[in-house]
Amino acid sequence: MSRVLAVCEQRDGVLRKVSHEVVTAARRLADALGGEVDALVLGAAAVRGTDVLGRYGADRVVTLTSAAFRRSAPEECAGTIAGRVQSGGYDTVLLAASATGKDLAPRVAAKLGVALAQDVTDATAESGVVTAVRPIYAGKVLLKVRLTARPAILAIRPSVFTPVERPRAGAAETAAVDVAAGRVVVREVKAAAAGTLDVGEASIVVSGGRGLKEPANFKLLEELAAAFGGVAAVGASRAVVDAGWRPHADQVGQTGKTVSPTLYIAVGISGAVQHLAGMRTSKVIVAINKDKDAPIFKLADYGIVGDLFEVVPKLAAEIKKVYG
Amino acid sequence: MKIAVCVKRVPDTEARVKIGAGGKAVDEAGVKFVLNPYDEFAVEEALRRKEQAGTGEVVIVCLGPAAAQETIRTALAMGADRGVLLQADAIPADGFEVAKALAAELRPGGYDLILFGKMAVDDYNQQVGPMVAELLDLPCVTSIVHLDLTAGAGVAEREIEGGVEVVEFPLPAVLTAEKGLNEPRFPALKGIMAAKKKPLETKPVALGAGGVEVVALTTPAERTAGKIVGEGAAAVPELVRLLREEAKVI
Repeated sequence: MSRVLAVCEQRDGVLRKVSHEVVTAARRLADALGGEVDALVLGAAAVRGTDVLGRYGADRVVTLTSAAFRRSAPEECAGTIAGRVQSGGYDTVLLAASATGKDLAPRVAAKLGVALAQDVTDATAESGVVTAVRPIYAGKVLLKVRLTARPAILAIRPSVFTPVERPRAGAAETAAVDVAAGRVVVREVKAAAAGTLDVGEASIVVSGGRGLKEPANFKLLEELAAAFGGVAAVGASRAVVDAGWRPHADQVGQTGKTVSPTLYIAVGISGAVQHLAGMRTSKVIVAINKDKDAPIFKLADYGIVGDLFEVVPKLAAEIKKVYG
Repeated sequence: MKIAVCVKRVPDTEARVKIGAGGKAVDEAGVKFVLNPYDEFAVEEALRRKEQAGTGEVVIVCLGPAAAQETIRTALAMGADRGVLLQADAIPADGFEVAKALAAELRPGGYDLILFGKMAVDDYNQQVGPMVAELLDLPCVTSIVHLDLTAGAGVAEREIEGGVEVVEFPLPAVLTAEKGLNEPRFPALKGIMAAKKKPLETKPVALGAGGVEVVALTTPAERTAGKIVGEGAAAVPELVRLLREEAKVI
């Protein structure tokens, strides 16, 4: 029987939503392989939100506690996860390809001496072997691979595996663990301004480019994002990030973030190849641009040709009516 | 301060990518290759650290085909001191195999700092740096956007969702560079001329196939152009209706 480990993520004692996606993907693989899913949570103490993991298909939910897990602790976490994989005899391990997971997964794989499929957007099993699909060249190409080493380790891209309820027992176990202190210490976490969502995680992204003309005009996009009632983030094109108008953390595209929101609104962005690569997997794309021949219209589901300085405030007002 | 920077030769980000005849590799014919953009940040950071220390050496280590000598020369033209090409005609899909070959080269080097770009823009593996750190048993911080070094230790910042982590670590260490760490310099003509005379050693390496077997490369389904709802602010109510009733996303 196959044993699949779903490594969950928490911050400040609360389970992160991406963990539902990790368990969902793990359940799907376990069903294809004929096996069980154990969810693994590392926390300073009990972690809030783990009780729902059974709903997404975890047979067991194992919480390991140590003061070391109060903040992200890459060496302590990687050592604990690798140890658990070995002692538990897991043949398949899934993590989230979040900022933390993308850092942890290679460490875990190297400790176990096996390969890693990073940033996976689809995973299945064919005759007992895990296959994974990964976008490469910024999504211009999809690479399908077979993971022939055991354990197979995959980090799944956030917001791609929609959580599906396939209830299992979700039997909770908690144990305190001894963890050797790591050399790498997270001294502080500087939080972004309250209420700002990460572009990589938001379900709606409103992005701006050179068409905004100057940095102060991003206020229009912030107002449009705010109209969605707290579920939208403001993104930016490479041109405006390179010009210093917006921080790099907001950049969407090949040297920025790859996003897959439900709704992506591109404002004053013409649509360079490297930008399109970062947002083409969005569910619905809206483009607002004064140039009717802009490449962005070639992949937008809905377009408005016009002056963004007139269109965006009107759109914010209409959206506010919907969400108000 | 002795610093190694591991770099990769990759297709230009503006290049159109075509899948080769066998369906398992990219067709490289006519493609322009460049120094991986994230590696430029790593090279720049190494040069600044050496300049700040006033002494030291920056060594460029690259695993790739013979043509990657050109990639190393680009980094030498920026100001690095010497290069090592670990020559392999084919790079396996399994990043751990690459990490093992790099770690074997770096292990006896006595480096204070080993820098990588956070990922290569071709295979998107995003794993070789931290894997090398594990193999060498060195502390590692990935995707850094800021770095301060003092004697024997450092503080780096890395972006996480909705914030920035401030991370302390002792030297020697492995770091991977994110965009925003610095502004890479352009090689000056003088640097390009000097780079031609800098030492560049080539060592053949044999890589295992590893645990990642390529099944196929495909191109994602093209998005088809949708509709232009209209012109100007007058089209907004119809757009909102379509988003609600047709697309059902708001």
